[in-house]
Amino acid sequence: MKILPSEITPYKNYLNRRKFIKSSIATSLVLGASTGLEANHISNQNIYNNQLDENDSLNSFEEITTYNNFYEFGMGKTDPAENSGDFKPKPWSISLEGLINNPQVLDLEKLLQNVTIEDRVYRLRCVEAWSMVIPWQGFPLAEIIKMADPLSSAKFIQFVTVFRPEEMPGQKRKLLPWPYVEGLRMDEAMHPLTILSTGLYGHDLLNQSGAPLRLVVPWKYGFKSIKSISSIRFVDKQPDATWSMLAPSEYGFYSNVNNLVDHPRWSQGTERRIGEFKRRKTMMYNGYEAEVGHLYKGMDLRKYY
Amino acid sequence: MISTQLFKKIKPLIFFAIFLPSLFWSYQFINGALGVNPIEKLMDNMGEMALRLIVLTLFISSLSEFKKFRFLIEVRRMIGLFAFFYVTCHFLIYIALDHFFDMTFIIKDIIKRPFITFGFISFIFLIPLAITSPKIMVKKLGFKVWKKIHYLIYPAAILSSVHFYMLVRANKIEPAIYIFLILVLLLYRLYYKIIHPQLVR
Repeated sequence: MKILPSEITPYKNYLNRRKFIKSSIATSLVLGASTGLEANHISNQNIYNNQLDENDSLNSFEEITTYNNFYEFGMGKTDPAENSGDFKPKPWSISLEGLINNPQVLDLEKLLQNVTIEDRVYRLRCVEAWSMVIPWQGFPLAEIIKMADPLSSAKFIQFVTVFRPEEMPGQKRKLLPWPYVEGLRMDEAMHPLTILSTGLYGHDLLNQSGAPLRLVVPWKYGFKSIKSISSIRFVDKQPDATWSMLAPSEYGFYSNVNNLVDHPRWSQGTERRIGEFKRRKTMMYNGYEAEVGHLYKGMDLRKYY
Repeated sequence: MISTQLFKKIKPLIFFAIFLPSLFWSYQFINGALGVNPIEKLMDNMGEMALRLIVLTLFISSLSEFKKFRFLIEVRRMIGLFAFFYVTCHFLIYIALDHFFDMTFIIKDIIKRPFITFGFISFIFLIPLAITSPKIMVKKLGFKVWKKIHYLIYPAAILSSVHFYMLVRANKIEPAIYIFLILVLLLYRLYYKIIHPQLVR
């Protein structure tokens, strides 16, 4: 991971940039160019290319935002893009709960004034054996953990997705036990690669991508990166995680990308990078072994999958 | 009431109605209109169509026992062959597009993953049905032998619906409906063939 300090953009600049984008969209609409959105994304790509690892290239905004697993909006890959129009990501607040010195309800707009938004180009590897490369904007989860000031008894963190069946049609049906929950061990949560994302390609997150705030843990299968987070709980024991509860033999709590431990449904040895024809070999910890391998030293990865 | 003769006339229409989706999806595939993971989408579409057609042939078998629906038997073979066509497409996409002929990987995948094992066995079961589908094969084999071979459609149907059931990650209602329909049709056939004749006697 290379993050150049010059690429770190204060949130205010992002707001300005969004304004710019919006106005240029308006202009391009007036001019009749229907690809206004796309054009802006392309012009931003230079910022991200410096962060790209060898052999990787960015997936397009369209790919990233039309192929999603977000069962709150339906089970099909295009359902989230099609069914999330009623979801209101503003205003938003996140409650910090549990074993902490500063339990509080944070207003997202206020929170964002106190953090620095960074660009992070990460690979995302889904447990279904497909992957993408996504230019996220966000800030380290560690920042929020510091605000919460956890007690020494807090060993794990649980995240909860908002429950709004009126706005999230999938939640009206029992597709999964709602609300969706996920968890991390404290050292995973504090790891500098772990971010809370607010946007991608310089845009606010679209509803289908987990607006307005989602977790991104690039060395774990995508379902760990919980979307539209409404609360963060600090707990002393390994918390429940939705898929792991539903099918414990298929989805472990850790769910680190591991090309050596197969899933009963999908071989994890290879993956299809969206946009590519031939499959690629999956990398240990999704290619972030140097950064995160030490977190799992001595653990039996067949047992703690 | 639809007469068999009238039904024979509209048979070409049914032929195209069932054939068209494969053409349409192939066209979409080539033109990049199947979404951002087109191989998966094409494979899923073909597979689900095959399962639907398999269930349809079972329905026809049961319904055509009634005089009113006797005419349906006219299209059973055609629909059965189309089911085989779609399964074959589904399988070839898996081999050629999804895994690009990586045979060591594919063989391991078929053995190791129960849902693929089930789908593969189902495909194998359908091959003798397709081969013995021409009318002349009934004569060659004798009706009794031919009929016995064609009972393979039931295990093939069950295996392919279980294949679908195991593939779906959550909310398995849709694949469960297929399994339920197939079991009901199988039980009905068993009743009609074994228990009902004894009662009548």
